[in-house]
Amino acid sequence: MTEVEAIAHKLARQQKEISVAEFFERNKHILGFGNPTRSLLTSVKEGVDNVLDACEESGILPEIYVEIKNHEDGECRLIIEDNGPGIIKKQVPHIFGRLLYGSRFHAIRQSRGQQGIGISAVVLYSQLTTGKHAKITSKIQEDRPATVTELAIDTNRNRAEVISRAIVHWEKPSGTRLEVSIVADYKRGKRFVYDYLQSTSIVNPHAQITFKEPDGTEHLFERTSETIPKKPIEIKPHPQGIELGTLIKIAKGTKSRRLSSFLKSEFSSMGDRTTKAVCEKAQLDRGLDPKKMSREQFLTLHKAFKKVKIMAPSTDCLSPIGEILIKRSLKHQTQEISPEFIYTASRPTSVFSGSPFQIEVGIVYGGSLPKDKSVRLLRFANRVPLLYQQGDCVSTAAISSIDWRRYGFDQSSGKGIPSGPAIFFTHMSSTLIPFTSESKEAIADIPEIESEIKLAFRECARKVQSHIHKEVKRVKTREKFDLITKILPEIAKKSSDMLGKPVPSLDAVITKIMDVIWIEDLIECEKTSSKPVQATLFEDSSENIDGGWITKSTILVVNYKNMPQKFNLYALIPEDAVVGTVTPKPAKITSRYIKWNLDAIDPANKVDISFELAGLDKGDFDENDLYIENINASYVIGADKWEGE
Amino acid sequence: MPRDFTKVIEKIDLIAEKVYNDLKSSEIPHLKLPTRTKTNIRFDEKLNVWKYGGNTTERSAKSLDGAYMMLRTMYMVDFIKDMIKANKSSTLREMYYISEGWDLAKFHSQPESDSLAEDLEVITSCMREDFKLRPEEDGARVIGNFTLEEMTRNKTKKKIHCQDDVGDSGYTIPYNVEPEKITFKGADADFILAVETGGMFDRLVENGFDKQHRAIIVHLKGQPARSTRRFIKRLHDEKKLPVLVFTDCDPWSYRIFGSVAYGAIKTAHISEYLATPAAQYLGVTPSDIENYKLPTDKLSKEDIHALKSELSDPRFQDRFWKHEIKLQLSLGKKSEQQALAKYGLDYVTDTYLPEKLAEMGMLKK
Ligand SMILES: Nc1ncnc2c1ncn2[C@@H]1O[C@H](COP(=O)(O)OP(=O)(O)OP(=O)(O)O)[C@@H](O)[C@H]1O
Ligand SMILES: [Mg+2]
Repeated sequence: MTEVEAIAHKLARQQKEISVAEFFERNKHILGFGNPTRSLLTSVKEGVDNVLDACEESGILPEIYVEIKNHEDGECRLIIEDNGPGIIKKQVPHIFGRLLYGSRFHAIRQSRGQQGIGISAVVLYSQLTTGKHAKITSKIQEDRPATVTELAIDTNRNRAEVISRAIVHWEKPSGTRLEVSIVADYKRGKRFVYDYLQSTSIVNPHAQITFKEPDGTEHLFERTSETIPKKPIEIKPHPQGIELGTLIKIAKGTKSRRLSSFLKSEFSSMGDRTTKAVCEKAQLDRGLDPKKMSREQFLTLHKAFKKVKIMAPSTDCLSPIGEILIKRSLKHQTQEISPEFIYTASRPTSVFSGSPFQIEVGIVYGGSLPKDKSVRLLRFANRVPLLYQQGDCVSTAAISSIDWRRYGFDQSSGKGIPSGPAIFFTHMSSTLIPFTSESKEAIADIPEIESEIKLAFRECARKVQSHIHKEVKRVKTREKFDLITKILPEIAKKSSDMLGKPVPSLDAVITKIMDVIWIEDLIECEKTSSKPVQATLFEDSSENIDGGWITKSTILVVNYKNMPQKFNLYALIPEDAVVGTVTPKPAKITSRYIKWNLDAIDPANKVDISFELAGLDKGDFDENDLYIENINASYVIGADKWEGE
Repeated sequence: MPRDFTKVIEKIDLIAEKVYNDLKSSEIPHLKLPTRTKTNIRFDEKLNVWKYGGNTTERSAKSLDGAYMMLRTMYMVDFIKDMIKANKSSTLREMYYISEGWDLAKFHSQPESDSLAEDLEVITSCMREDFKLRPEEDGARVIGNFTLEEMTRNKTKKKIHCQDDVGDSGYTIPYNVEPEKITFKGADADFILAVETGGMFDRLVENGFDKQHRAIIVHLKGQPARSTRRFIKRLHDEKKLPVLVFTDCDPWSYRIFGSVAYGAIKTAHISEYLATPAAQYLGVTPSDIENYKLPTDKLSKEDIHALKSELSDPRFQDRFWKHEIKLQLSLGKKSEQQALAKYGLDYVTDTYLPEKLAEMGMLKK
């Protein structure tokens, strides 16, 4: 035996499988169990994320119950209960007692869970810190009993060790309940748990979450939407982002016998034409058996993917929240702040290395938010709040690189997180969130993502700015109302009295002082009676709306200029609204706006305009967005220039 | 005999008419008046005082503030007219309190109503006295070898000798010092010394400076009231006595001198009645700080700002002032007239003033 061989043998004796316990011990900070404060939050988060995933997949409106019992010795009992689909008896030990076991790792679609480590890591952490068993109750069907399983993890074999199993009666139609004991710092961790649950509720308006504290206090995060997010469809991998190894692995497992059918059936966005183009570029025969291809052939194929123009992946696999729901739940969750307004913006789907993604942002402004502090950032990925590592996140970088001073915020040197009375909300949906680490707290700095976040915030900021602008203009004009209604008549009276002359008419002077077209609006909501909504121009308005709210918008236009004024008025409406009665007769109604060609309004005269919207919740439409056309926009208070569609 | 106020009423009605006619002809009511700021005062060569220049400000009811101003103006002229008719008068402070009942037209503070009264003087070229308005400022004091005759409340004339007939605090100058109220008789003095602080006035009186140096000493009481300035001017004009101003050594005191000699920015419309262009500044000057090694304080931020603003004030453009202000800025110090007590209570009357007066050719050494 040569010396080298001897060393190799010696090394071989030391090489053995590392146990999961060791793996966990080494990686616990990466997995979010670095300290007792973090561990509490991570445990709650893993449980709650799973519930949301499971409910979404099975079309259930989630009801989540989180309870923490605090013991003196730094030990907490954590209970997470849901009304989800339940887990079959056979799977319970695998899911809770085995690391790297899950249903999502291989699926390309948007979900919270990605790795199949989450919940078993909580059980393992519990076992390592307290030595106690985990207790799982689960029920999968209304008319069947529930199973209670107590289990531990055999860390050498990475398998569950079932301690006991029992059949019990459980009220719930279906659901899962997990009880674990963990070493955690409740005092410090409490705030994070609360913030996490509140944030979760913002991005999951369809979920109802109850949080019970050790002292019995219950917090309820209410459901603000009854619609279950549309179930993201699983898609095949997109050729452009794929790694060579993955490509070879897929080829080994395919049922296709020809290269062309392999490409078409195993990948997304591969039609006949694209497939042909790829094969030609790679100079490979379309009839090749993918199972018998050489490494070199895969390499040329892999290269060809990058050279041929392939359509972006389909977006069915994403489940963005939607602007209306974001606004609604931000509003609900910021009630105490009573913000002045909330604006949102949503970008179209985009792609980074083969994965589709979409950015949604929102700005909550004013109310009791502090004016001189940095704005608060709320970051989310696939409806999961990101609470730590804000500084490393691409959203932070994107926000910091915008010059917010232009939009009325304070920001030293036009860089960094701005100050102002605002909360900035960012949500990224993607089939693959490029986290900076396994603890899933920050999104990596990828140029495509950064640029989308920036575009979204710019759009949102413009809305904020124009709102503030309009408000300033309105305040000024309101002052003029005071002037013409109170002060001017007094001046007239006093001067006439002194001279013993009759009080002159003030109409002409009033028009001169105001010198504007004043547009004022009011939005009211009322609960619908059963009477059908009257159909107008818009074909879809025959749609059946039962119960719910009717939003009524009234607009008053007064001509305070000294010439008759004739112009067109546009009122933007939310896309999913159904238009009811509109007066006067509009010139056009589309899914985005209502347009009126108003008759000439004489000086000191006014026009009343109104329209009704159905299919919205109370408060979804709380501010008119009005535009004018065929008139100098600087004459008009309360509407902006129409820039086309 | 009662004064004839028809002219005043005519002028006041003119304001109401202007506003009324604007409204009648569909114009936004507006009034023009000279801009009453530092940038708009010019030296009037003929009168030898500073007057408002040609810049005008327009008060228009187009803005909310402007409209409020206009309404207050209407209320004030109406009130003045009523007073004239009822043969009453009021203090500026009383008018301010009366305006509390003017509803929308009420003022937020007395300086606002005082300033509007001044505006009205400017617009109508009348004097405050024509409007039956008077200040509440209690009069400044004067002591010296001269006699005046005052018309008392019971409409009898009373002769007063301002040394023999008065106590140590001197004769109190009333708010009305026009000939109908006061006439000057004999005077046997060489100059008028106007003093800023009461403490210095009392020191000079106690030391007998007025007798020893044939001076008429006037107490300015800080920024001098209109009546004090008018009194000094009349005494100067009628008795041909030079006027010397003796104040602290800081920018605010220079403004006191400025208003005695050239007129104040606020009252530039009546400078020719109030200012004594021939008045000279005696001290304390920044040069005195150095020459007499006076105790000093550091200039505050506000002091420095005021000094710099005086460098661009048209009233302080001669060589003397430019030099002294620049010197003070470079010293970074200010001093008070009473700092002279450093060398004893008699130093000011025995040494400082005689030296300064000699320097200025008022006294032989
Ligand atoms: N409350 C639940 N109800 C129903 N199924 C559940 C529940 N919790 C977990 N599961 C199932 O167990 C699997 C494993 O969960 P686990 O949290 O370990 O991994 P994951 O969610 O797939 O990925 P990650 O490690 O990113 O959390 C899930 O994929 C899901 O199929
Ligand atoms: Mg999970």
